Amino acid sequence: MRLPRWFHLLGSPPFVYGLAGRLVPWLGAIAVILLVVGAYWGLAVAPPDRVQGEVYRIIFLHPQVAYVSMMAYVVMAVSAGIGFIWRIKLAHAVAVTAAPIGATFTACALATGAIWGRPTWGTYWQWTDPRIMFETLLLFLFLSYLALRAAFEDRDKADRVSAILAVVGVVNVPIIHYSVIWWNSLHQGPSFMKLDKPSIAPEMLTPFLIMIAAFTVCFYWLLLNGLRGQIVERERDTRWVKQLVEGREA
Amino acid sequence: MELCARELAVWRGERCLFEGLDLTLGPGQLGLVVGANGSGKSTLLRVLAGLATATAGVVTWRGSKLETLPFEHRGDIAYRGHLDGLKRDLTVLENLRFHATIWRGPPEFDALLEDVGLSAVANVRVRHLSAGQQRRASLATLRLGASKVWILDEPTTNLDTNGRGKVAAWIRAHLASGGTAVIATHQPDELAQKGALVVEL
Amino acid sequence: MSAFGAIARRDVQVAMRRLSEAANPLLFFVIVTTLFPLALSPNADELREVGVGVLWVSTLLSSLLAMEGLFRADADDGSLEQLMLSPVPISVTVLAKIAAHWLMTILPLIALVPVLALSYSMPLAALPIMVGALVLATPTLSVLIALGAALTVSLRRGGTIVGLLVLPLTAPLLIFGTRATDFGLHDEPAAGPLYLLAAFAAFALALGPLAIGAALRVGVE
Repeated sequence: MRLPRWFHLLGSPPFVYGLAGRLVPWLGAIAVILLVVGAYWGLAVAPPDRVQGEVYRIIFLHPQVAYVSMMAYVVMAVSAGIGFIWRIKLAHAVAVTAAPIGATFTACALATGAIWGRPTWGTYWQWTDPRIMFETLLLFLFLSYLALRAAFEDRDKADRVSAILAVVGVVNVPIIHYSVIWWNSLHQGPSFMKLDKPSIAPEMLTPFLIMIAAFTVCFYWLLLNGLRGQIVERERDTRWVKQLVEGREA
Repeated sequence: MELCARELAVWRGERCLFEGLDLTLGPGQLGLVVGANGSGKSTLLRVLAGLATATAGVVTWRGSKLETLPFEHRGDIAYRGHLDGLKRDLTVLENLRFHATIWRGPPEFDALLEDVGLSAVANVRVRHLSAGQQRRASLATLRLGASKVWILDEPTTNLDTNGRGKVAAWIRAHLASGGTAVIATHQPDELAQKGALVVEL
Repeated sequence: MSAFGAIARRDVQVAMRRLSEAANPLLFFVIVTTLFPLALSPNADELREVGVGVLWVSTLLSSLLAMEGLFRADADDGSLEQLMLSPVPISVTVLAKIAAHWLMTILPLIALVPVLALSYSMPLAALPIMVGALVLATPTLSVLIALGAALTVSLRRGGTIVGLLVLPLTAPLLIFGTRATDFGLHDEPAAGPLYLLAAFAAFALALGPLAIGAALRVGVE
């Protein structure tokens, strides 16, 4: 089976380095624009909520970072899996880059959730809420992935062993999503990602979606940016990287 | 019934141990791997046995890649490296019995123990044996399975002249009955025979 | 004798010859559960409240101690690579070793639980449910610890990191196990959480060996 040319190119570190370099400024600009527009819309334009008043506005921040944290894990698990099965080092580089970004988004999700929880549920933290627990588990999974990698001296082995952990842990992502359907908890049911009309008011829906797009673009901006660093570090003994460095210094 | 390696390359980090290695060994053929310490002999043997994966290239046994050997062909390849593969807290006999069960070999150990000179210590725990005795016990288990390929990494280490002669005789017998062998050794002359393939790393 | 039986039997034989090593996690279990009443209050009612949680967490930690080296000895003497080359599928090897170690190390722990539970003033009637929940939860626990052991098999000092990897994953077992025990304690039907624990066990025993086998193959390289 002849694989398309772009498939081979995507496994080539210099090509991806260059491509990422060209995309990064655009992604950054788009992310900033979307963040500004979405934040303004959500904070200033959208009307206050019937029940929660002004506090509800975290709805334009918390679900979005939580969503991106889950997406980050899927990106990490899928690329680690691809790297493991087809032995593509670049895929492992993507996974390694995604891990700390995902961990940060997860921590932000937990923090913004706690901030939202205090005025609305009366508590910063609730040990019996499944979604909080599984999101915390997600944070531990990101950190375990990085900790496991750090224990190995041989990078190749580190890549492959931690890939198994990443793939096994991906089962947590659908659990987080379905936890609000399976269990009664403080979290409400899904307002958006379900096979039905969104149960959120239209004036709030638009900034909600804009902020999802904003944080998603932000994630990929951070990912591609970090990926370039990973690539250079992994390939530091190759000719193309040496030429790159010399070109810079010249 | 061939062990084939094509375009085999192994890189450890940024160091290339070997590349472009091609090898075909059929029934009755012996491959001798020679080279200085650290040249990659052990790695090559582990790749040929299927315990390690090469950075590039493919190893096949009877036409199938080692990673996807069909069930009937599992156990065709036997490997003895620097580790003995024996449980030190069990006796020689208990280890042999276990090996025979797992590798579906004949449960007759008396002749084997006699041949390898371990009859007297058959009921002694492996941890109480000398290094030479442990190696002999480890190599004895080779004759308990029906493996067609013997991949041995410096099998004569720790053995005296007598032991070395025994091992050479076993290998010759194995080859004569249609088996294949790949052996890494510092003393190729002992095991060499007409038609042996020498791989220099 | 089948390969599964032979492998399990060999592991039991080896463990029997190193009985003092097998006893360490049991002693750890007893010591930890005795520390808590000293640190908390000796009041019987308060102890009963925390007893369930303390016993479950202690079981988790002691099991981790007992099984985190599941594959390391075999990796060190070369028997692991021999098993991987043999006609025996790696999943069978993994399940046989897990079964043997569950019998040798975790079953004794579970047997001690009723005795220690009495020291926490827990009523006799609650004990069967607690033991039942432990029997249902520990197979999954064993698979998780085995996965951690397999991922770290080639590390010299893999011990502490296995805890980091495995303990967060055991949270669901802890939650449902203690919930079942609490129901038992208060005479409520505990069938729900028990079924869930059984489902986890079926899932883990079916799919766990695949991941564990993959980890071992990478580790042995």
